[in-house]
Amino acid sequence: MTNLTDRQWLLDHPTLVLFAGLGLVLLIATAIGRTLGLIHGNTPTIDNLNQRIDAWWIMVAAMGVAFIFGLTGLVILFALLSFWALREFLTLTPTRHGDHSSLLLLFFVGLPVQYLLVWQEWYGLYSIFLPVYGFLVLAIAATLRGDTENFLQRVSFVQWGMMICIYFISHVPALVTLPLASGRSSDGLLLIAFLVIVVQGSDVLQYIFGKLFGRHPVSPRLSPSKTWEGLIGGIASATLLGAALWWITPFSVPVAAGMAFVICVTGFFGGLVLSAIKRDRGVKDWGRMIRGHGGILDRLDSVIFAAPVFLHLTRYWYTI
Amino acid sequence: MAVIRTLAARVTARLIAGFARLATGVYGDWRGCPPALNQRVYFANHTSHGDFVLIWTVLSGRARRQTRPVAAADYWNVPGLRRFIGAHVFNALLIDRQAGGSSAIAAMADALAQGNSLIIFPEGTRNTGDTPLLPLRSGIHHLARTCPTVEFVPVWIDNISRVMPKGELLPVPLLCSVIFGQPISVAPDEPREQFLDRARQALLQLKPGEGP
Repeated sequence: MTNLTDRQWLLDHPTLVLFAGLGLVLLIATAIGRTLGLIHGNTPTIDNLNQRIDAWWIMVAAMGVAFIFGLTGLVILFALLSFWALREFLTLTPTRHGDHSSLLLLFFVGLPVQYLLVWQEWYGLYSIFLPVYGFLVLAIAATLRGDTENFLQRVSFVQWGMMICIYFISHVPALVTLPLASGRSSDGLLLIAFLVIVVQGSDVLQYIFGKLFGRHPVSPRLSPSKTWEGLIGGIASATLLGAALWWITPFSVPVAAGMAFVICVTGFFGGLVLSAIKRDRGVKDWGRMIRGHGGILDRLDSVIFAAPVFLHLTRYWYTI
Repeated sequence: MAVIRTLAARVTARLIAGFARLATGVYGDWRGCPPALNQRVYFANHTSHGDFVLIWTVLSGRARRQTRPVAAADYWNVPGLRRFIGAHVFNALLIDRQAGGSSAIAAMADALAQGNSLIIFPEGTRNTGDTPLLPLRSGIHHLARTCPTVEFVPVWIDNISRVMPKGELLPVPLLCSVIFGQPISVAPDEPREQFLDRARQALLQLKPGEGP
């Protein structure tokens, strides 16, 4: 094959190129992590780093398998993530016996129906189903049990769980359903790849910049590990990363950078808000499902806030 | 026949443990002692029928086979599935509640003498109220006096009462954890009330804090 057709082939298979690139990045990270372990011995920080990298292999593989099955695969993957996130969230909330029917409704009706609506690509209903009808039904269900102790607090916890763990997370697979101008559904898949790579890249880069240069904490009470050096370095480099990924999106280079910047900033605040909830509940991690990272919510906190904003911006300007 | 039954029991055991993990994400937190094969009496709070399944699920395979839950004969010794699960899957030590306390202690001491570990619920009955722990019965004191070399490990089972509150039909899949504390043993001349109080405090200490 000539050089020209090689390049053409790569441009025609952006998903493959992307996953090959991710594999390469992970290979390099694994090599660095293991080398650090050989040089410095297995200190807790290096152990944790290697656990995190190992977990990334599994997370990238899970995304890869979901991508093969398109919208259906992503709906199933994110419905499962919502389920695990919801149970981490509700385990840490002080619900009482009187909340039992609310919890059952949320797990066994709210969650599956929301993802069914996304799968049906029914934008008009999936964007109001939980915030309007879910809100009302949960309030009514709690009232019917007649337990008024800490009523508002308990109902709010369950409603927050619904929004954070189901509604916002469901906006990630919903990106595939956007009617983009190109008309190719694979472009919707690549929007998800763009969002996830930028938001998780921002987290990882903030972690790296923070570990290397971090001195001044942003909010010592909320999250001692988040520093201004990490924040600025991470967001700047993840914005560049987003700009460099313009070719998988419908955006121009400056728009891709702008979108990446918005994703990074909302994602950062997502992490901060969920940290505040953790401090309030007196825990360090949401769970222990992902070795080295904590729970599902520790990994998804920034995606939760970035996904709906990214979806609406893209929908407003780039769909027909 | 016996081979098939043993095989069926092993498979059922795996299935039950797998289901418990799936439904409750149960996790063993060995805070006060390592998950060793030492001979032990695990004594736990009791709020649901699933309690000993959870403890048993977080034990390792070999510890599982040597650990016998102590359960009521009138509930488990019913022909059919319940007896198969009670006697063959969990290898439960069935206690006749009508026969009196001393024969129950003797049966437990006998099982310990054969090298088994035990799971007991010293509250004596399921706690379905709002208090975290009912007063402990004196049986645990008798058993500790009879078998002074065995480690008595306090175990707090967290959250299962929220998964399936009393009178509900369907469980909510919240996460459960099983927290193991530091083993205690009875001092030679320790009065009963003092030991029971110590055992009670050892359990309550493991209870995760209720947020503000």
